This record gives sequence, structure tokens and C-alpha cells, in this order.
Amino acid sequence: MSANESNQPQFAIDTDKLNLWYGTFQALFDVDLQVKRGIITSMIGPSGCGKSTFLRTVNRINERLGYVRTTGEVKVMGENILGPSVELVQVRKQIGMVFQRPNPLPISVRENVLFGYRLHADAGRIPRQEQEDIVESALRQVLLWDKVKDRLDAKATTLSLEEQQKLCIARLLPVKPSVLLMDEPCSALDPKGTEAVEELIWELRGSYTILIVTHNMAQARRASEECIFMLMGKVVEHGDTGDMFVTPKNKETADYIEGRYG
Amino acid sequence: MFEASSLNRKNLRNERLVKASLGLMTGLLILPVVLILSTLLYKGGPVISFEFLFASPTNGMTAGGIFPALLGTILLVLVALIASVPLGVAAAIYLSEYAPDNWFTRAINLAIINLAGVPSIVHALFGVGAFVIFFKFGTSILAASLTLAIMTLPVVIVATRESLQAVPQAFREACWNMGATRWQTIRRVVLPNAITGILTGVILEVSRTSGETAPIMFTGAAFFLPLLPQGVLDQTMALSLHLFVVSTQVPDMPEELPYGVALVLISIVLIMNSLSIALRMYLRGRKKW
Repeated sequence: MSANESNQPQFAIDTDKLNLWYGTFQALFDVDLQVKRGIITSMIGPSGCGKSTFLRTVNRINERLGYVRTTGEVKVMGENILGPSVELVQVRKQIGMVFQRPNPLPISVRENVLFGYRLHADAGRIPRQEQEDIVESALRQVLLWDKVKDRLDAKATTLSLEEQQKLCIARLLPVKPSVLLMDEPCSALDPKGTEAVEELIWELRGSYTILIVTHNMAQARRASEECIFMLMGKVVEHGDTGDMFVTPKNKETADYIEGRYG
Repeated sequence: MFEASSLNRKNLRNERLVKASLGLMTGLLILPVVLILSTLLYKGGPVISFEFLFASPTNGMTAGGIFPALLGTILLVLVALIASVPLGVAAAIYLSEYAPDNWFTRAINLAIINLAGVPSIVHALFGVGAFVIFFKFGTSILAASLTLAIMTLPVVIVATRESLQAVPQAFREACWNMGATRWQTIRRVVLPNAITGILTGVILEVSRTSGETAPIMFTGAAFFLPLLPQGVLDQTMALSLHLFVVSTQVPDMPEELPYGVALVLISIVLIMNSLSIALRMYLRGRKKW
């Protein structure tokens, strides 16, 4: 990572008494979460428990719904992103988001990878060689380079779903985000695609802080180092994934993991 | 065992009856179109010639060509487009991409739909009041074109808004989540994917505008002019008004001449409509999401 590693906070995401309302419905209750930097953390819990809401609060995408109200503090890399001087564009640049359904733009593979970079580049053209380097390095990081290097000018929408999802991750990388949020990134993929994307997420560990929301218990267990269990808008348990799945401290966690509800 | 019962037979008879009468209705619907087109072609076809299209009328409009009217219609449509397309597209972008969904936006949308329903003669009178008198453009191409522009704005706005909204929301979210501003999103992703739809709307506007008579007859179109217009503040002849004039206002008119004018006018409209349909088909074939 960067040279000032020692100055960086221990927690990539650090929330303090985060409450959130959709109109009069409260979706998050006093959420205090510390997500460690550089590891993969998964969030599990039954539908409607607030895990997606939490994810969407961290990159402030929730605000587009006019009736959302938030209190408390969300610090990303040590800075409160709900502060008054925060510019949304900078938040989104630091925090990449991957959606359930792959959503590549209807332009070429190459342009998809360069899209974010172009948005944030200073005015002027990016030299050809630099473009090539960015595209290759991003696609290599997501283990896609060998598959698409001859199809860089094909429309991204012609790739398979698995390749599209990898591309959606790849296009976040050139702007050098510190946090990657993934909202059920494999739920639209077949088992083989799921395995490939999980493998890729595991590869990215260390370089990025990754927070994955998943409905798939096995995925949380396989592909994350820490795990958060949420229920009815509250954090029930947060700990080492291995420990949590073997010896959950909480009865509700145990019930959920064993599939008694959810 | 499988023969038709009497109930079956009754149902089958009804079925045939309904099918036949529905088919007949459809045939009746096509009949006027076929009749109009064939009459025009039969009576007006022989009139059409290079000279008819590119010469001025002579002998009190009973001979010669229709060039000033043809040119006038093209000019009127062109100026109307220059005025209405940027305005309409801008308004549609705002309404579709920026405006919050509240009662005010909904009121504006309702107003636009109502504007489309205003009869063209009312637009004409508005044009006289606003452009001819208040802005002192006089009866001129400018005043007539602006009147046409106001009249066709709803078409442009609605067509543009629809093609913008046909661009999947997922594309916008993808852009926003990479930190794109709204305008960056619109310019790089939304507009390039909506542009063919917008063009279709614009072409439809052309076809509608070129046939309108009421909005231009008080605001800029003239009965007869010996000279071609020299600028947008001059009056002009126009095909639609010319058709009205040669059909009803001029004595001793050769019978086939109005048919020729009508044929030219309807050809412009049909060509524009076919272009717009072709463009839409091309667009549909190319879409891959």
C-alpha cells in the first residue's frame, strides 16, 4: 500500500451510534461497527435486517431517496463522511460499490475500465501507453486479463455475467479506492461464476478493505475473515469468521447460522 | 367423440363472424389512406416535374411551379427546429434527470401534455399576439417558425424524455458510484444511448410541422409573393397554405395542379415518417441490454 501506511487508521469504516430512518421506519439502531482495514468482512442476516442499508449509508447512496434521515457518525479512513465539508464525488471515489446485478456500461471493455479514471483525471487526454497500462493492470488484478485481452474493444455487455461482474470490480480499481462495498456480488452468478468471483475477492484482500453483504452463509464462511451478524437493524455479533461459525456467542447468531430462520 | 357439438358449432360460427367483422373494420380504416394516396398519385402524379418543383408560379398561380412554397416550408421547419430542439431537449433532460419527483414536476409534466392538446388555431393566435405584435417580428418566417416551435415543443420534450428514460437506471447508478456528476453521467452515458430516440422524435416533429397551416397563416405565410424571402424577417409562401390557396381561392385553376401540390406535401410527410420508423427499427436492432 502507500508509503504513509503507519498514519492510516486501524479501521477503514468506523461508525458511532448510527441511526437511520426511511420516513418513519427505523432501519438502523445505534450501529457501532469497526471494520478493520485491509481485510474482508462479510455481513449476514435475514432480509430486511439492515445490512444493505448499512452498505448504502457508507457510500451515501441512500441519500438519493429524499425521505432518508441519518444520525450518528460514519468515519471512512478516519474521516466523517457525513460532515458538512464532504464532497460526494470524493466519497464515491474512495469507496467503490459492486452491485448484485453486474452493471457494465454499454461501451467497450477498455472504456469501462477507463471510465472512472477519465472522470477523475485532470482535463486533457490520457496518453495511449498510460491507458493500456491502466487497463491491463486493472484487468489482471481481477483475473480477467487473459480472458478478455483480445476483446478489449468488444461491448462490455457481450461478456458473460461472471466476466461482467469482474469487469465491474476492475473499473473501480484505477481510481484507487480504499474501500470496496459489495452488495451480494455473486447472487446473479452460477456456482462456477460465484467461485471465480470469490477467488478474485480473496485476491484483492490486503490491497483493499472489502465489505460484502451476502445471503449465502457458505460464502461468508469461505470468503471472509471477519463476519458481522445483523438482525432487525442492530448488530448482534461481530467477530472472526471462523470463531463465529464454530462457536457463536449469541443464541440468535447460532439460530441463523444453523438455518432456523432467515 | 370428437365431432363438434351444437354448442361448439354456435361458438365457431360466432368466432368466424367476429373475425370477419373485425377484419372488415380494419379494411375500412385503410381504405381512406389508399384512396387519398391513389387519387393524389393518379391526378397529381403527371403534374410533378423538375420544373414544377423548382420554378415559381406564373399566370396568377395557375401555371408554373411551386418552388417558393417548397422552399418556404423547408425554411419554416428549419427555423422552428433550431428554436424548439435545443429548448425541448434541455427541458426534457432537466425533467428526466434533475427534477425531483414532487407535485411541481408533475404539474409541469401535466402542463406539457396539455400544451400538446391545444388546437393549432389557438397557437396561431398566441403567435400573432406574442411574436408578431409583442416582439415586433411582424408577419415573418421568424414569427411563424416560433409559433410552430411552441406548438411542437411538447412532441420534442415527450419524445426526448421517453428515450432518456429508456436508458436503464443501472447505467446511471454505475456512473454515480464511480463519482460521476449528473452532467458527466448524462453526457457520457445517458445521451449517447438516447440520441437515436431523440432523433426519431425530431423527425416526427418535422413531419408534423411541415403540414401545419393554421399556425403560419396569420404569422408569416403569404398568399403569393413575387420574390423569394431574403431573411427570417421576410414573409414566405408555404406548401400547406399554397395548397389551400390554389384549391379554393384562385379562379380558373387547372384541376390537376392542387393535386400536385398535395402530392408534394404528403410526400414530405411520408418520407419523414418512414425515416423515423427506419431509424427506430435500426435502433431497436442495435440495442443489446
